[in-house]
Amino acid sequence: MSAPVAAVAPAARLGGQDRLRRALRHGGLLAGAAVLGVMVLGALLAPWLAPHDPYGQDLARRLVNPVWHAGGTWVHPLGTDGLGRDYLSRLIYGSRISLLIGFGCVLISGVIGATLGVAAGYFGARVDMAVMFLITTRLSMPVVLVALAVVALVGGSLGVVVCVLGLLLWDRFAVVMRAATQQVRGLEYVTAAQAAGASTGRILIREVLPNVLDQLLVVATLEVAHAVLLEAALSFLGLGVQPPAPSWGLMVSEAKEHMFFSPWLITLPGAALFGLVLAINLLGDGLRDVAAPRRDR
Amino acid sequence: MLTYTLKRLLLATLVTLTVSMISFALLRLSGDVAAALAGADATSADVEYLRRHYGLDRPVLVQYLDWLGQALRGDLGQSLYFKQPVAEMIRERLPVTLTIGACGIAFAVLLGIPLGVLAALRPNSWVDRLALSLAVCGQALPSFWFALLMILLFGVVLRWLPISGFGTWQQLVMPAVALGYQALPAIMRLTRGGMVEVLQTDYVRTAYAKGLPRPAVLFKHGLRNALVPVVALTAVQLGFMLGGSIVIESVFALHGIGHLAWQSISRRDLPVVQAVVLIISCFYVLITLLADLVNAWLDPRIRLEGSR
Repeated sequence: MSAPVAAVAPAARLGGQDRLRRALRHGGLLAGAAVLGVMVLGALLAPWLAPHDPYGQDLARRLVNPVWHAGGTWVHPLGTDGLGRDYLSRLIYGSRISLLIGFGCVLISGVIGATLGVAAGYFGARVDMAVMFLITTRLSMPVVLVALAVVALVGGSLGVVVCVLGLLLWDRFAVVMRAATQQVRGLEYVTAAQAAGASTGRILIREVLPNVLDQLLVVATLEVAHAVLLEAALSFLGLGVQPPAPSWGLMVSEAKEHMFFSPWLITLPGAALFGLVLAINLLGDGLRDVAAPRRDR
Repeated sequence: MLTYTLKRLLLATLVTLTVSMISFALLRLSGDVAAALAGADATSADVEYLRRHYGLDRPVLVQYLDWLGQALRGDLGQSLYFKQPVAEMIRERLPVTLTIGACGIAFAVLLGIPLGVLAALRPNSWVDRLALSLAVCGQALPSFWFALLMILLFGVVLRWLPISGFGTWQQLVMPAVALGYQALPAIMRLTRGGMVEVLQTDYVRTAYAKGLPRPAVLFKHGLRNALVPVVALTAVQLGFMLGGSIVIESVFALHGIGHLAWQSISRRDLPVVQAVVLIISCFYVLITLLADLVNAWLDPRIRLEGSR
C-alpha cells in the first residue's frame, strides 16, 4: 500500500511546481483569474463599494444618464434605472447573485455528477450502462424549459434557482469523471491497492479521486459559467430570480422598455455578465492547458 | 448494422419514456396546479372542484399512465387556458421553431466548419488565433443580450433588418444568428481538433507521397474523416437549439413552441408545458438517433463495437 504512494508522490510534487510555472506564463488563465478575483472582491465588499442602496427608489431621478453622456453626474456614475435606482450599486450587488448561483449550483451538480461518473468509470458493466442511460436521459431533457417550469411552479427565489440548476447541470461532470476514472482504473497504483486488500471506498477516495481532481476542477470552473448564463436567461424571461433583486439578467429584461432611448441600461448588465463568464471560461480553459499541456484544445 | 439500429431504437424509446416520466413527475410535484388555476381568492371548495374536474386528485402514476396512453394516440390533452387541443396548438407553432432552428444550425455549420479547417491548416497563425478568440467570446455571450444588441445595431441604428415578426428572410436573419452562434464555438473547435489530428496521420502522408493534389488530400482524406464526430455534435447542438429557442423567440416576439411554452408556464397551463417538453425531447432523441446511424454507416468501427 505504501510503496505505490511513495513512488507517485515525488512525481506529483514535481508536477506541481512545473504546473505553477506554466500557469504563471498562461496569459488567458491570469487574465481570467484577475477579472474573476476583482468580481469576487466586489461582491464581498458590495456594502462598502456601492455608493447607494441598490433597492432605494427615487422617482424624481429616473433614467439619469451615466457620467459620459450629457446630463450625467458623478452622484450616479452609471446613471439610474426606470425606478430611479442607482445602476452602479445594482450592478455591484448583482455580482453577488451571479456568483452565488454559479458556485452554489456547481456544488450540488458537482457532487451528483462526480459520484455518478466515478462510479460508472470504476465499476463499469451494469453501473456504467445505468449511468450512461441517466446521462442520455438528462441530455434529452430541454434544460431551459424544465428549469423554467419548475422554478415558476415552486416559486422563484435564489435558493430554488440554485437547487433546480444544480439538479439539472450534472451531465458534463458525469461524462468527464467517467472517462477520467476509466483511465485511472487500469493504472498500477490502483491495481496495487486492490492487491493490498484496500476497501473499494478507500481506493475510490484515496487513489482514484485525487487523480481525477484536476479534471473535476476544470469542469467545475466551466460549469460555473454555464450556471451563471442559465440563471441570467431564466431571470431575463421573468421566471428566475424575482424583482426587486438586482440579477443582471433581470436588469436587462427590465431595461427592455427603455432600450431605444437609454441603451446603456441594457449594455451595462449584459457586459458585466459577458465579462464574468468570459473570465471564468478563460480560467477554466487555462487550467485545462496547465493540467494537460499536450492535449489539443 | 441491423442489430445496431435495433439497439439504438430500443434505447431511444426507453430514453423518451423516461424523460416523459421524469418531466411529468417534476411538473406535478412542483406545485399545486388546482390552487394556481383557481386563483388567490378561490374558496377551498372551488380548488377541490377543479382538482377533481381535471383528475388531479388521482395518484401521479395513474395520471401519468393516462396521459401517456393518450399521447401515444396523438392526443396531448386540452389547454387549460385556450381550451383548445394542445396537439393542434403545437402543430401551428412548430414550423416557426423548426425554421429558426434549421437556419441557426446552418449558420453554425457553414461558418464553423470552414473556420475550423482554416485554423487547422495553419495552427497558431492569425487565422487560428482569431477563430479561437471568436469561440471563446461566443461561449461567454448571453444569447438574449446578443439578440438585443443586434436589434439595437441592425434594427434601430442601421435600420437594415426588421426587429420582429416571421415570414420574410430578412426577419429570419437575426433570430437564426442569435440561436446559431451558440453552437458555433463547439463545432469550430471540434473541426479544428479533428483536422489537426487527421493531417498528422500516416494515410494523409501517404496520399501526399503518392503525389495527390493538396485539395484532394484535404477534402477526401482529411475533412471526411475529421467530420465524423462533427456530425454527432451538430445533431446534439440542433437538439439543444430547439430547447433554447424559448429565449430567442421571446426576444424577437416569434410565436413558436418556445414562446408557447413560456406563456403556458406563466399561466400554469401544465398540459401545454408537458407537451412541449415531450415534443422537444422527442426531436432531440430522433436527431441524435439519426446522427448515430449516419455515423455507424460512415464508420464501421462504431456499429461493430457492440457485437465484439
